Amino acid sequence: MASRKPFYLLVGLLIIAGISLSLHRHYTYDIPWLPGEKRQTWSIEAKVEFEATGGEVLASLAIPGTQPGFTQLSQHTASPGYGLAYTEKENNGQRAEWSIREAKGEQALYYRVDMLLDPYAVPPNPSQPPELKVNIEKEPYATAANQLLDRAQERSSTPFTLARELILEFQNQTQNAELLAQLKPQINWVVQLLQQAGVPARAVHALYLEDGRRRQELIDYIQVFDGEDYKLFNPQTGEQGRPDNLLLWEYHSGPVLEVIGGRNSMVTFSMIEQEQPFSVALNQKFSESELLNFSLYTLPLEEQTLFKGILLIPVGVLVVVLLRILVGIKTSGTFMPVLIALAFIQTSLLTGLIGFLLIVGMGLMIRSYLSYLNLLLVARISAVIIMVIGMIALFSIIAYKLGLTEGMKVTFFPMIILAWTIERMSILWEEEGPHQVVIQGGGSLMVAVLAYLAMNNELIRHLTFNYLGLQLVLMALVLMAGNYTGYRLLELKRFKPMVEDK
Amino acid sequence: MSGPLLNWFREIRERYVHPSKLAKKGVLGMNRRNISYISRYNPRHLYPLVDDKLQTKQIVLEAGITAPDLLGVIREQHEVKDLAKLIADIPGFCIKPAHGSGGKGIMVITRRDDLGYHKTNGQIASISDLERHVSNILAGLFSLGGRADVAIIESLIEFDDCFTGYTYEGVPDTRVIIFKGFPVMAMMRLSTSDSNGKANLHQGAVGVGLDIGDGSALRAVQFDRPILLHPDTGTNLLSLKVPHWEQLLTLAASCYEMSGLGYLGTDIVLDRQKGPMLLELNARPGLSIQVANGEGLVPRLRQIEALGNKHKMNVQQRVAYSREHFSRKP
Repeated sequence: MASRKPFYLLVGLLIIAGISLSLHRHYTYDIPWLPGEKRQTWSIEAKVEFEATGGEVLASLAIPGTQPGFTQLSQHTASPGYGLAYTEKENNGQRAEWSIREAKGEQALYYRVDMLLDPYAVPPNPSQPPELKVNIEKEPYATAANQLLDRAQERSSTPFTLARELILEFQNQTQNAELLAQLKPQINWVVQLLQQAGVPARAVHALYLEDGRRRQELIDYIQVFDGEDYKLFNPQTGEQGRPDNLLLWEYHSGPVLEVIGGRNSMVTFSMIEQEQPFSVALNQKFSESELLNFSLYTLPLEEQTLFKGILLIPVGVLVVVLLRILVGIKTSGTFMPVLIALAFIQTSLLTGLIGFLLIVGMGLMIRSYLSYLNLLLVARISAVIIMVIGMIALFSIIAYKLGLTEGMKVTFFPMIILAWTIERMSILWEEEGPHQVVIQGGGSLMVAVLAYLAMNNELIRHLTFNYLGLQLVLMALVLMAGNYTGYRLLELKRFKPMVEDK
Repeated sequence: MSGPLLNWFREIRERYVHPSKLAKKGVLGMNRRNISYISRYNPRHLYPLVDDKLQTKQIVLEAGITAPDLLGVIREQHEVKDLAKLIADIPGFCIKPAHGSGGKGIMVITRRDDLGYHKTNGQIASISDLERHVSNILAGLFSLGGRADVAIIESLIEFDDCFTGYTYEGVPDTRVIIFKGFPVMAMMRLSTSDSNGKANLHQGAVGVGLDIGDGSALRAVQFDRPILLHPDTGTNLLSLKVPHWEQLLTLAASCYEMSGLGYLGTDIVLDRQKGPMLLELNARPGLSIQVANGEGLVPRLRQIEALGNKHKMNVQQRVAYSREHFSRKP
């Protein structure tokens, strides 16, 4: 047999290189080993899209400043050909304004801001109470609105309790609430009624920060003032206070986005959580010239989000390799469990499991009918794919109607993989009976769950994204597993009878 | 507090065997088989010879080894309708995918009458059932990775009566592991009602370990557990003795020269008229044979490896060597 020396040399080199790269990153860039030691910063990218009509364009986007909970670190824009100005409006609101003499067709402007999660943030431009103004409403809306306000006033003592009671009142008096909703959204009514009662309030636009999200939109909150102090209220539940990870984007009574000379304008947000040591977070010293600084942080945000997921795949693959080689579990389709685990990350485990079992179970039932139709394989798989898509749509609609928004997440499942899983299971059922289906399906699902647990682990997510060198170590582990000639765990059980009798 | 933990440990000890005990017995594990034997002794480019049963048929014919007759091959979907013509006056036959694995997709028809085609398990199939089966084979339903495949139609083996009572439906076959041309271990696979007439041990077929010296039974297992009587017919399995043993081993051992594969599983059946016949070759033979024999493969494989490559023994000498050294009977 060929000498094994080069092999062990390669494995050793990979491990040494991987570990030293990681040590280098740890000591030079002070990136912590544990996710707990991080200073969280959020990079948020706003993408403004619109269709320019051919003339002058002026796009103005409200931008967030330092506010309670967040300190603004830096901001960047990307907008080829556009002039850019950061302006401050009379109400303290900051805006980014892009302008160009002539533009036609689809336009995309980017604004990116880095926010440090900071409980001690001191806002330089605190949110000022809006001026009170009273609208006169026509009947029957005025009466309905006054009824709501009166009830709320009876049960409240301060501006904050009034706001809470008013929101609750909209849920109690559903008839009035529905009537009012015909004229304008509930949130506008709440603000207007608070103003009418002499309480300064406004609707603000906030962003819920969740790691690795793309194409997010702003959500509305109500900001209620008591003198200089303010509190936020959830307009649906009346819950008081700012949830963690809620960033106010526009809080100066201005529009979020104004575009002159364009139409179909919209703004969406991508965000990513970054873990940086405090010093780095404040100084933002990412020297791009250094060769050894192989940091993913230098990539654009969308790609970073993508990589966060991609870099976890080797971990999932390693789990599959270990379970197959060391334990000897059978799975249907070698890496199908990894793909299912990736879907679980999107859907959360319980929803994912239920969704998976529902779709595969129903798929098997329908597929058993297809086998009577006597179709050629490719056509049959295609039929199964279409069927899976239909089921996913059906489940989404049912879940939505029942108010289970979690159920909508079944769309994250890879459909082709599901179709193949159904096809394989169905053949297994026909050939070896339901028992084998349970064994192999259960085995695959168990591997998927274990891969999910590994990939969703906070520490592992932190390490794989921050220490690219660890990929080399993973590679070395996989290579070593490929060279393992010992017994598998399940073989110890299988060959047990051979040792017993003599 | 340590009570449940201790119990758990005890349970593990009862269910699992310590690896060192297996190693002492010389049991070959899956990983070791793959790395140390299959990938070392079976050159990759020779795999198609055994994975494609059509190619196997060809080399078998060239080598003059006895095997079931090839009645026909269906390669394209439009040829499926010729199936009826192909099998018009043949009472019993067998349809196989050329690239099937693990016995998947093999349909055995024992006889036909006005009702239709009788399968081994007593079910009756119509001609359109057979055509559907063939088109499934062509579409790659049974082949690894779902590649397009061809269907082979073979004549049925009239298997020897000496095994009546030892098997429930299905064809009893003898699996011999050939290592570098030496027969190292053998077992007989008998189908049961649990295995649905199939001869795969993991599906519930009985495996009977055979003495390499004279082909007599050493031990019988079902679902990896030792048994004495056939679960369906009640015959004492240890009274089994395979006739034409020397001829059978010679046939198996000559597959080494024919295929070039160093670690090879040969499946052999006994035909009433023609004697031992080669049914199939397998480049990745399973490990259950060790359980059936109650003995590990590693010591025997080591012994053969120790002979080196310069022994210049021919087939008869190799068979004689194995019968002398690997027999467990005095």
